Amino acid sequence: MDRRTSIKWVLAASAAWPLSGKYAARADPAVTGRGYGSDPNLLAVYHPGELWPLTFTAPQRRLAGILADIIIPADEHSPSASSVGVVEFIDEWVSAPYPASQRDRPIVLGGFRWLNEEAARRFGKDFPDLAAVEQNGICDDICDETRAVAVRRDAARFFALYRDLTAGGFYSTPVGRKDLGYIGNVPLARFDGPPPELLKKLNLP
Amino acid sequence: MPFVKAKSQKHDYDVIVVGSGAAGGQSAYTLCMDGAKVLMLEAGRRYNPATETPMFQTPDQAPLAGVGTPQKPFGFYDATVDGGWEVPGEPYVRTSDEPAGRFDWWRARMLGGRTNHWGRISLRNGPYDFKPYSRDGLGFDWPIAYEDVAPYYDKVELLIGVYGSNEGLENTPDSPPGCLLPPPRPLVSDLLMAQRAKRLGIAAIPGHKAVLTRPLDFRNSPARLHPGSVTAQKILAEDMRARAVCLWATPCGRGCSIRANYQSTTVHLPPALASGNLDITTDAMVYEVTLGRDGRADGVSSIDRTTGKPQHARARAVILAASACESVRILLNSKSAQFPNGLANSSGRVGRYLMDTVGSSASGQIPLLESLPPLNEDAADGDQLYVPWWLYREQRAGKLPFARGYHIEFGGGKRMPGHGTGAGMEWLTGGSYGLKLKQDVRRYYGSFVHFDGRGEMIPNEHSYCEIDPSVKDKWGIPVLRFHWQWSEHELQQAAHMQRTFAEIVDAMGGRIHGPVQSDGAKAIAPGGSIIHEVGGAIMGSDPKTSVTNRWCQTWDVPNLFVTDGAVFASNADKNPTLTIMALAWRAADHILERMRRKEL
Repeated sequence: MDRRTSIKWVLAASAAWPLSGKYAARADPAVTGRGYGSDPNLLAVYHPGELWPLTFTAPQRRLAGILADIIIPADEHSPSASSVGVVEFIDEWVSAPYPASQRDRPIVLGGFRWLNEEAARRFGKDFPDLAAVEQNGICDDICDETRAVAVRRDAARFFALYRDLTAGGFYSTPVGRKDLGYIGNVPLARFDGPPPELLKKLNLP
Repeated sequence: MPFVKAKSQKHDYDVIVVGSGAAGGQSAYTLCMDGAKVLMLEAGRRYNPATETPMFQTPDQAPLAGVGTPQKPFGFYDATVDGGWEVPGEPYVRTSDEPAGRFDWWRARMLGGRTNHWGRISLRNGPYDFKPYSRDGLGFDWPIAYEDVAPYYDKVELLIGVYGSNEGLENTPDSPPGCLLPPPRPLVSDLLMAQRAKRLGIAAIPGHKAVLTRPLDFRNSPARLHPGSVTAQKILAEDMRARAVCLWATPCGRGCSIRANYQSTTVHLPPALASGNLDITTDAMVYEVTLGRDGRADGVSSIDRTTGKPQHARARAVILAASACESVRILLNSKSAQFPNGLANSSGRVGRYLMDTVGSSASGQIPLLESLPPLNEDAADGDQLYVPWWLYREQRAGKLPFARGYHIEFGGGKRMPGHGTGAGMEWLTGGSYGLKLKQDVRRYYGSFVHFDGRGEMIPNEHSYCEIDPSVKDKWGIPVLRFHWQWSEHELQQAAHMQRTFAEIVDAMGGRIHGPVQSDGAKAIAPGGSIIHEVGGAIMGSDPKTSVTNRWCQTWDVPNLFVTDGAVFASNADKNPTLTIMALAWRAADHILERMRRKEL
């Protein structure tokens, strides 16, 4: 992406986020990576930050983790999103030099600012410092784009994206696969198909 | 032997094969196994599936959870390297960027080309598919009939290994005994789809896919395929024994290090190399077929992509198998006093009648498939069942607003979770988050089904490619400019696909996701996106209106052949790869025969 395009993105983002004061959209640093190229080593194990520089500041990381764990908290089946690297995954995502990431980057960074501004407006604190019930109060207002009021439509769009990224990061991990009972990706001597008792129960031949 | 730089090439090759995918691999295999000396030129790098395939890698080990990017369009672990709809330094020109008027050109610059990542769906064209003009007055008849190609479909199935079944359906050919491997067991979602589609009069049958569900018949097939050569039989028997059976895991699109599915690099090239008759030069970007004074092709010129230097190789005959559009590009760029408009183009038809497959998709959510117990449904990576075209009678009776058919590729099951799992579910969950989201994802995981319609496009005068007058690639080679237009037949067909998907999802008791497009222009995938582009050097029975004859031999230059999809005179709904291989084998047999008669 050339500089002109990145500036356009930033402008588009600030237009979409009518924030004021210290939460106003500022020019987030442009991404500098060039990607992994068209012939990367497919057998290596990659970690966020290895292929292109990450973006989040310490306060953004803290907020990112709190929000990810509101979306995917620990329960009796599996741990929370932040504990399996979802914050790092989302940071990698918004920092990547690819069109989808470039599209999502201002939405995520702008969304963080909106959460803090909304938290300050309602409770006089940044979002991470709110009580859980206060955080949920804000999330309840933006968790469904179709029900969000007009002034919070952009925030709802951000929340939907952030939920998708959180889920994507979480269910891509061994923990996420186990949570869903995925038992594939192992070599089998033969494939027997579904168990007959299940087919019978579903009335299938 | 076999991987050589230009300076080590020999000077007495019988045939140069340009390209190493389905067409190049099959052409070289057939020629080499019968003793011909072949030089294969591949534009991309050498590629070894045995050591490079990410078989069991998981999304958490990849950048961005492995999702597709412009540098790896089908995902990080897709086998394709140095390929995609955009290749750095190798532009092409579109005359339209509108979704319904654009053509996107996929290339894979690597040994084996796109066979490394393809879907492995291996359907035979039926008898109707070779004579479409005779049936409805549209498009062109091929100069050959199903009976001409059938023996070669048999051979290819025996060689590469294709699972499937014989159902005796109209224009959906059966294979002779012993040709097909047994199909895999269907998944729960497959069986539910088949049960409910049947109530609509739509039959789902086992798919045909180039995946080994049992070992190849290494005792009998080699003699059946190479009756004249004990040496060839021995090489092939050994090679067949070295291919493993599917282990029912890992997506085929990553390639297969154990050689359980077909890709040129694991099936065609190893025995061809073992014959000692094949030399391969990779990183050789062919741009011209050179013409001798006698009006015959005497070799090809290429650029060594590692040095940028031009090089030339000679042979008695040249086969272009570089993929439909790249072969067209080479012909059009091969200009001479005798052929000022491009080689073998006295008809003016080189580049004309470009076709892709009509594509339209939909997905749905099926409550009956919710919250099923854990199941390993990796299976054969999809295509356990498919729906062949079922409305021949209605079409004949004029009851449909489009002339040609489509088939449906179906997918479902508990596939490996990854990016996208749990995403975009607001339409089902009302925007849940927290503990409720985790419960919702568990509930819905495995309950989604997906439909891909794949239909026949009729060739038309407005879909073609030519050389752009000014743009060149980074090697200085003039590039292609694409023109694209669908006819009402394709648009109406795409809208029909959408209605059918909605009806099947409904019959499964489910909900379709997103709008059901009744506007064909919105329903249809852009040209080139299904990556079934064929045509551009069509075969025919008249030198004035076609580029090659029934043997893939160009009318104008007797020792120049085109064996890839460029020769297709129509593009049936059946995925083109099996037909490309059958035609390439047939053309290579013809070349061998002509060489024996000293005519080439």
